[in-house]
This record gives sequence, structure tokens and C-alpha cells, in this order.
Amino acid sequence: MTCEELLKALNEYVDGAHLTEVCEEFSQHLAGCNPCQVVVDNIRQTIALYRDGQRYEMPKGFEDRLQLSLKSRWEEKFGQASSAKVGN
Amino acid sequence: MGSQLLDEATEIDLLQRAKTGDFEAFQQLVVRLQPRVYGLTFRILQQTQDAEDATQQTFLALIEHIADFRAESSLATWVLRIATNNALKILRKKRAAKMASMTDVTSEDSYNDVPHPDFIAPWSQTADEIVQQAEVQAELQKALSELDDKYRLVFILRDIEGLSVRETAEAMELTESTVKVRLLRARLALRERLTRKFGDALQVMTPDHKHS
Repeated sequence: MTCEELLKALNEYVDGAHLTEVCEEFSQHLAGCNPCQVVVDNIRQTIALYRDGQRYEMPKGFEDRLQLSLKSRWEEKFGQASSAKVGN
Repeated sequence: MGSQLLDEATEIDLLQRAKTGDFEAFQQLVVRLQPRVYGLTFRILQQTQDAEDATQQTFLALIEHIADFRAESSLATWVLRIATNNALKILRKKRAAKMASMTDVTSEDSYNDVPHPDFIAPWSQTADEIVQQAEVQAELQKALSELDDKYRLVFILRDIEGLSVRETAEAMELTESTVKVRLLRARLALRERLTRKFGDALQVMTPDHKHS
């Protein structure tokens, strides 16, 4: 495989597109290439770390401010009665 | 799997009720979606006030367009796309000069000269274990914020938020092939940096082949 083919395949392989021809070839390459296996594994761990590791909490008070502004826009659009039973 | 189906059924029901003007149903949808919307806009904007603004604009836009929503994509995907657009608008304003680079396609958007993996080593712990460590959050944040916007954004949308390549391309107004190249560069850059941090120094390896 050329360098460009390998890099393209790397991306698709990480995304789980193992069935394409180029990934098939990449799989064969991987079987005999430990460093490439490690790179694939590193990338998957990197993605997993970002996916699971970063949760951003909404600032205190923001949820209430958000609901108030949404309620007021909602009433403009649908009329007062539509939200009358919520939030007093 | 069962609970996910149940969840989808609830979402469809809430959506139907919201379309008829039921604010309580709409509110429940907002509560479900707001952590993802806020998280996404914060990741893009890296600033609390901006993320709040983008989040609020997103749900105000949802009120305006809720009647137009057709269930061909999931509501979350649709809302995340609105959120991305709002966040990008704010980012463009803040970085008027620099932002041209984000949608302009340059020579870096090809596979030529993509930096090869340099520091290669298995990680000494799994991602699950690493997540538990105290300073990891700051480290992840820093690594991501040091990426060029154009790489950072595709990584956020595709890999963190789980949009497809196609959805990412639509949100960023790029072709799918450009998204793929940028994604590869982002992944390799973050891999390099995090592997230097978390890789097992005793197991560093060099490829015995040159891919060129």
C-alpha cells in the first residue's frame, strides 16, 4: 500500500468500515505490523477518552434563565394559555 | 435496547404534543437535549457565556421551526446541527480574520504531507482508567484547544458528538472528503500528543517499514 492509501485506510478502519477493499488490505497489513496496530488502538482510545471523559455541566442558574426565555417566546408564538399550567 | 426504543417513543410523543403548543412537552424535550447542546457549544466556543448564548439561540430556533421537523433524522441530530451553526456564527464573529481558514480548502486538506505517527507505544492504562484521573480533564481540554479550529471542529462533531461524516460535512459546509482528511489530521495530532502522555515508555516501537 502507498502511504496515502494507508492513511486513508487508517481513518476508515478506525470508523469500523472493515468491509471495504482498502480496509481488507489494511487488515492484512495490520496482522503483520504491530506498530500500526498500536496506532489504531491509540486513536480509538483517544476518541474514547474524549467521548467519555469530558462532561460540561451547565452553569448554575442557566437552566432557569433558559426556561424563562423559552417560555416567553413560546407564549408569543402559541399564546399565554399554552404554558399557563407550567411554572405558575 | 428496549429502553432506547421506549425513549424514542417518548420523544416522538413529546414532539407531537409540543407541535400542538404544549409547553410542558417542549420543556421536557429541552431538558433531555440541553446537556448535549450545552456540551457541544461549550466545546466549540470554550467560553461559558458564549455557550449559554448559543444554547439559548438553539432552543429559540427550535421553537420557531418545530412545526417543520420531519422525523427523517433524529431530533437530537437536527438540534445539534442548529447548535453547531449557532456556535460557528459566534466563533466567526470573534475570529473574523482567522475564520476564513475554517471553510477555505487548502493544500492541507489532502493526504499529502499528513504527519506520520511518531511516538508509538501502547497506553499503559485503558481510556476508562485514565478518565478517572484528576488532571485529565484539563489535559484533554488543552490538547483540543491547541488544535487549529478546522481540525478541532470536525473532531468535536464527528468523534465526540458522533455525527456521521456526512452530517459533519453539512454542518460545516464542507465536502465529505475534506472532512475525512481533517478528521485524520485531528486524530493523528491528538493521538500523538496523548500517547506521549499516556503511552508506556518501556514499549515504544518503531515501524520496520517506511510508508512512502
